[in-house]
Amino acid sequence: MCGIVGLLLKKPALREQLGELMTPMLIGMTSRGPDSAGVAIFGNAVAGSHKLSLFWGEGIADWKRLATGLSAEFAGEHRLAHRSKEGGQHAVLTTPANPEEVKTWLGKAAPDIYVLSMGRSIDLYKDIGAPAEIVGRYALNKVTGTHVVAHTRMATESAVTPAHAHPFTAGQDFCLVHNGSLSNPHLVRKKLEPLGIRFVTDNDTEAACRFFEWRMREGDDLTTAVHRGFSELDGFFTFLMGTDKELLIVRDAFACKPAVVAETDDYVAIASEFRSLAHLPGVRHATVFEPKPEEVYSWKA
Amino acid sequence: MEGLKEFDLAKTSLREVNRYLHRDAVGAGVKRVKILNADGAHSIAAGVNAPLEVDIDGHAGYYAGGMNMHAHITVHGNAGPGVGENMMSGTIRVEGFASTAAGASAHGGTLVVLGDAALRCGISLKGGDIVVGGSVGSFSAFMAQAGRIVICGDAGDALGDSLYEAVIYVRGKVRSLGADARFEPMTDTDYAAVRELLGRAGLSHDPQSFQRVASAKSLYHWNSDANQEY
Repeated sequence: MCGIVGLLLKKPALREQLGELMTPMLIGMTSRGPDSAGVAIFGNAVAGSHKLSLFWGEGIADWKRLATGLSAEFAGEHRLAHRSKEGGQHAVLTTPANPEEVKTWLGKAAPDIYVLSMGRSIDLYKDIGAPAEIVGRYALNKVTGTHVVAHTRMATESAVTPAHAHPFTAGQDFCLVHNGSLSNPHLVRKKLEPLGIRFVTDNDTEAACRFFEWRMREGDDLTTAVHRGFSELDGFFTFLMGTDKELLIVRDAFACKPAVVAETDDYVAIASEFRSLAHLPGVRHATVFEPKPEEVYSWKA
Repeated sequence: MEGLKEFDLAKTSLREVNRYLHRDAVGAGVKRVKILNADGAHSIAAGVNAPLEVDIDGHAGYYAGGMNMHAHITVHGNAGPGVGENMMSGTIRVEGFASTAAGASAHGGTLVVLGDAALRCGISLKGGDIVVGGSVGSFSAFMAQAGRIVICGDAGDALGDSLYEAVIYVRGKVRSLGADARFEPMTDTDYAAVRELLGRAGLSHDPQSFQRVASAKSLYHWNSDANQEY
């Protein structure tokens, strides 16, 4: 079991309240996913540079040393921002350098760092612990932006580590969360690895995430990629995905994994269950529905 | 109003409300219980065993009215998965839509869903009656053993797969029938049954517009020549 949470704010005035509106949604899904949680935030794009969300896995995080190393290796100004307290394991790096080159350099210079996400718009926080603890750890109740893709995890098929928590990302400005389990992730992986696609965990969801990102690089839009996924990905899923431009949800043909959407003129809110939507302003008058099996629902940011 | 007790789930725990429904309501002479701010809570009014009128205001979560005996429960909103699962008697009325597995395994009573019911509606039905004002999702009435399901809208794939003695009446299109399910001619008894069930739900469709789906009973006996294909 896991919980999924998505919120896209149509009304620009609400974007300052993104974290405030999302937090009870995420905490509401604690009983579905008490071991880890993660939130991808879109909408605070940096012009002319890129952002990498970094998690310092092993050892003591030494962000000062990292900053010095970055300045020596890459031209321009690099910024490391922390939502956690000084000395925390998480940072968002804003860099004028090519993000792929930065990621490659990080792999050598700071192998304990796990790159959570990359892009111009996405910021990603994920960690182990109860959703409320993670919100507190990173002050996620105060984030702003256009939309979030979030998850509460109850691990069933791979380890409980920050890397195994959702959302998963691949490429730039793309993330995916999953409620369910895939039965052929190893086949998908075997197909993608010879194309040069690297996996960082043994988690089944990562296979789906990398599959969709690969299809988008091959020219599919996300909806087309998802339709292709119906014949390639075997298993149970409710997938919620985000890019800098859209929020998308799809359920498998058996629809064993729940999802509820509440839409008003101001927002689109998605959760595994209605109890995570009940606090939202105006939800009594929202259009409430369950996504139908194998039907793709997407909203533009 | 006399005999009315009101609870607000924003203020009172669900456990307290259900305990009242299970133990205290009858002794207190209460006939109607109103539950405000359902807000998707699970198991609201599950396990009630008394002829109470229960009104649930808002959307209910999983298993609303599960195992119901004797009570008349109305959800003034949508219901989550497994509404009325294993119901024994009484009625449950959902004014909005119902999620998956509505009325699963119900032994008796009547479940009315005025909107759509999602996949697996009436799965393993054991004797209850279900009336759906809208459409039902795929795999509805899977392995249903006894009871009746009236579908005023359409049905998804594999309707009535591996049916036993339950009977389905469907008014709209059926995307596909499941293994061993077949359309059968409507008899006067069937028209009367549909009329009576629609009446219980307060719906006024013409019984003549329904088709009957029941088991061909070819799965009742093992057939070694079938090579596991039916």
